Amino acid sequence: MAHYDLRVPFVEKGIVEALKAGDKISLTGTIYTARDAAHKRIKQELEEGSFHYFPLTGAVIYYCGPTPAPPGRVIGSAGPTTSYRMDPYVSLLVQHGVKGFIGKGKRSQEVKEVLKTHGGVYLIATGGAGALLSTRILSAKVIAYPDLGPEAIFEFYVKDFPVIVGIDTHGNDIYEIGPSMWLNTLQKNPLNPSER
Amino acid sequence: MRYIETELIKEKVQETLVKINFEFDEGYIKVLENAFMREEAALGKEVLKDLLENAKIALNEKIPICQDTGMVNVYIELGQDVTLKGRPLHEAVNEAVKGAYKENYLRPSIVEDPISRKNTGDNTPAIIHFELVSGEKVTIFILAKGGGSEQICHVGMLSPHQGIEGVKEFVLSVVKEAGPNPCPPVILGVGIGGNFDYVAYLAKKALLRSWGERHPDPFYADIELELISRINELGLGPGGLGGKFYVLDVRVATYPTHIAQLPVAVAFNCNAFRIGKIEI
Ligand code: SF4
Repeated sequence: MAHYDLRVPFVEKGIVEALKAGDKISLTGTIYTARDAAHKRIKQELEEGSFHYFPLTGAVIYYCGPTPAPPGRVIGSAGPTTSYRMDPYVSLLVQHGVKGFIGKGKRSQEVKEVLKTHGGVYLIATGGAGALLSTRILSAKVIAYPDLGPEAIFEFYVKDFPVIVGIDTHGNDIYEIGPSMWLNTLQKNPLNPSER
Repeated sequence: MRYIETELIKEKVQETLVKINFEFDEGYIKVLENAFMREEAALGKEVLKDLLENAKIALNEKIPICQDTGMVNVYIELGQDVTLKGRPLHEAVNEAVKGAYKENYLRPSIVEDPISRKNTGDNTPAIIHFELVSGEKVTIFILAKGGGSEQICHVGMLSPHQGIEGVKEFVLSVVKEAGPNPCPPVILGVGIGGNFDYVAYLAKKALLRSWGERHPDPFYADIELELISRINELGLGPGGLGGKFYVLDVRVATYPTHIAQLPVAVAFNCNAFRIGKIEI
């Protein structure tokens, strides 16, 4: 499992295809938040042809609804939310050029197929580490749907934002590989009872 | 008879809510540290390291532990020799939630209607349970509970013939389905008995127990330990990425039930275990 420092958006050709489930990545560049309510609006606007808030080509979307920024900070706590609720939107977004999604938790078989066919990657940030992740966000501004409060679209400029590759373009899923690798290790070297 | 001002309760609840959103209790930190030291799977260990570092940053830089600052669950055990003075207790509690969340930049995560979904803007209302107990004390438990771990809680109405094996199978199947979604490592509350609504209450309330406390009946205390091992043997690990520690504790609560029923409930709490206790 490799470690890469990568720039986002993913503009370079072939970059996403080179990633493997379990690779660690430090992201630097611009990402955009969107969760349930924003996705609903993006879909509607894409279908109407009126979506214009940020370039979708190569974009990385972060499933995140941060806490408000207190005075003196760029943003509050900003960790990932559970991704499966956004599963129904992945296909549409990928077809419009989105290359990456950051979240936590399982994705559907359909999402895996879409990522494989169109070349996209699912990235995982540590769920529950919103304070830690917040320190990697150097600037933040609301660029769409301010009326949605924490569900608005924020543009984040991140530096060394830590994620791991959850689902790669070959259909590998770290949520399957990780536990089964560990169980294999255990089979070879069982824990003694006091170590359980 | 003892008189207590609901304003005092409001202040204590507000203070506690602020504290738990930025600071884990010591007992829980120890449990996390112990898991971190003993975890052997690389990715799983990394998650535990992140969580410990996160806890430090949250406390030192005053950034909420998690961006999902939760729906506020309040369990009030009211001594029946207490007379409350001032505004109604539920109003006082909701005022505390409003104050805590608005003044401290905590995320408002509550929508006023489940279908039209407009945010209430101040994280109210809380879910408040009242229980009358003997004596003249008020004990309040508070849980700021995120959506990710609440969304995968389950109630199962089993048939009595399924017995304890059926209960264990149910818990394991719920855990397998949940996998990484509730931000493991998790703490599980398991309710057994009562009825449809009460069993969920039991499971949720079991989450509030202290570290190291087991079910008073040795039979169920053993079930707790067995469930901890069997769940962790699934190998899901921290973050669901593989490893030894998916669950940190299982807490069973039981109650009599009907001859035709065997209700079971599984309540998950995520690693952002924000819990407080107030005694007045
Ligand atoms: S499940 Fe818990 S740790 Fe995970 S995002 Fe929700 S509140 Fe935070």
